[in-house]
Amino acid sequence: MNSWVRLRPVLFIAALVVIWQIAVNRHPGQLLPGPWEVLRGIGDLLRHGLLLKYVVASLFRVTWGFLLAAVIAIPLGLTIGWYRRAEMAFNPLVQIFRPISPLAWIPIAILWFGVGDLASIFLIFVGCFFPLLLTAMSAVHNIPDLYVNVGRNFGLNTADFIYRVVYPAVLPQLITGLRITLGIAWLVVVAAEMIAVNSGLGFLIVDARNAGNRYDLVLAGMVVIGTIGLLLDLGMRSLERVKSFRWGYSEN
Amino acid sequence: MSTLDAMTTSVPGVKLHMEHVGMVFARDGKSVSVLEDINLDVRDGEFVCVLGPSGCGKSTLLNVMGGFLSPTSGSVSIDGETVHGPDPRRILVFQERGVFPWLTVEGNIGFGLSKLPSSESRQRIAHYVQMTRLQGFEHTYPSDLSGGMKQRLQVARALAVNPDILYLDEPFGALDSVTRFLMRGELLRIWQTERRTIIFVTHDIDEAVQLADRVVVLSSRPAKIQDILSIDIAHPRNLSSPRYLEHRDDLLKKIGLAYAE
Repeated sequence: MNSWVRLRPVLFIAALVVIWQIAVNRHPGQLLPGPWEVLRGIGDLLRHGLLLKYVVASLFRVTWGFLLAAVIAIPLGLTIGWYRRAEMAFNPLVQIFRPISPLAWIPIAILWFGVGDLASIFLIFVGCFFPLLLTAMSAVHNIPDLYVNVGRNFGLNTADFIYRVVYPAVLPQLITGLRITLGIAWLVVVAAEMIAVNSGLGFLIVDARNAGNRYDLVLAGMVVIGTIGLLLDLGMRSLERVKSFRWGYSEN
Repeated sequence: MSTLDAMTTSVPGVKLHMEHVGMVFARDGKSVSVLEDINLDVRDGEFVCVLGPSGCGKSTLLNVMGGFLSPTSGSVSIDGETVHGPDPRRILVFQERGVFPWLTVEGNIGFGLSKLPSSESRQRIAHYVQMTRLQGFEHTYPSDLSGGMKQRLQVARALAVNPDILYLDEPFGALDSVTRFLMRGELLRIWQTERRTIIFVTHDIDEAVQLADRVVVLSSRPAKIQDILSIDIAHPRNLSSPRYLEHRDDLLKKIGLAYAE
């Protein structure tokens, strides 16, 4: 029963691949390369050592942009959220910046950092910063007064209070926020690499089309992007099962 | 004024003293009076129940005693010292969900013990695990505990820091009636071995008659002290004895008056 449940998504994907192959067979050359060609494309990329190189390049940018955003946005968001007055001052600004797509920052990224890693790291940073800031702000709001009062009652000093009450109380929400934001980072890196750099999975897709309409490689890039996105999400989800902060999810 | 003095004195002195305490909240531009002229002395080691209709301001009174709220008039003092804020020497136990879900049973009991040497804190944790009958659950998270166990855990965490006063805010209100009955017995047993001053807020008359040395009856809003009733029946109390029922009827009558006003 259990193995059947686990197998279901795999079987579903397999069925879609079969339909894809059938559709391609019925309309050859019009629709898309078939799954078999895409697989061969991935094989080609692997043989030339490009796949690994591009995956590493993309992950490198995501890691830095994401970590930098987390390190700055989370403490800032927690602080702003804790002091209601700071929040009243900051909130309009955050609401103005938040709806601006990270892609709108591409010209500015290139102006400031030129074409290269820094520009795409900056774009990922911008894409992650505001969602994380808002997550941290609302996570502080959602700390029940009860926990705050217990902390006060036991006479904790400020540092202890932050470390032993605030931090564990906001952690489950922060982890959910980080998981969603990592997904955003992975979206932004592909777009950034199409414009601002000469390596990475986003570059692979643009380059494959420009250099002779290799749509098998375009699709190969998309498949790899999707697969890595899935793995990143699974990795973050496994954090949500850790005992000491699982409490934050079971009640929802 | 140390606890040692209090233990050697045969007639315990006054622990908590409230003088003309009043509390007025500002709500939507209007001021709402919640507490009015509360005068109360609680003796060291005494078990006092505060009984009143729902929403009368019992919790506010407890928060004022605990230092979480400053009264708008009058003053609260403990051992002759004016209360200015919360203090680990007196712990408030909340109705429910007061335990930290991210800590195990051990972690919760040890929450207030971080400044102690680890051998002593381990010893205290073990002692209160035993006392609140949570053996075997030391490494369990609250989500896997029953309501009664969580409440015992809250009491254990409070007692572990060795407070002089325990404030309990309808601590068993969310439990089913059987568990509630058992928990009262547990609390009495703990009180009899540890002899802290306990101030217990409830809207349950039986709870008050079963537990308290004295019952403070509050009127509905703004809460005033309607009456104070001493219950001089030795523990464990026989819940169907004529004297028990007499006290119960008496309280019912007084509460009836309280509701009428």
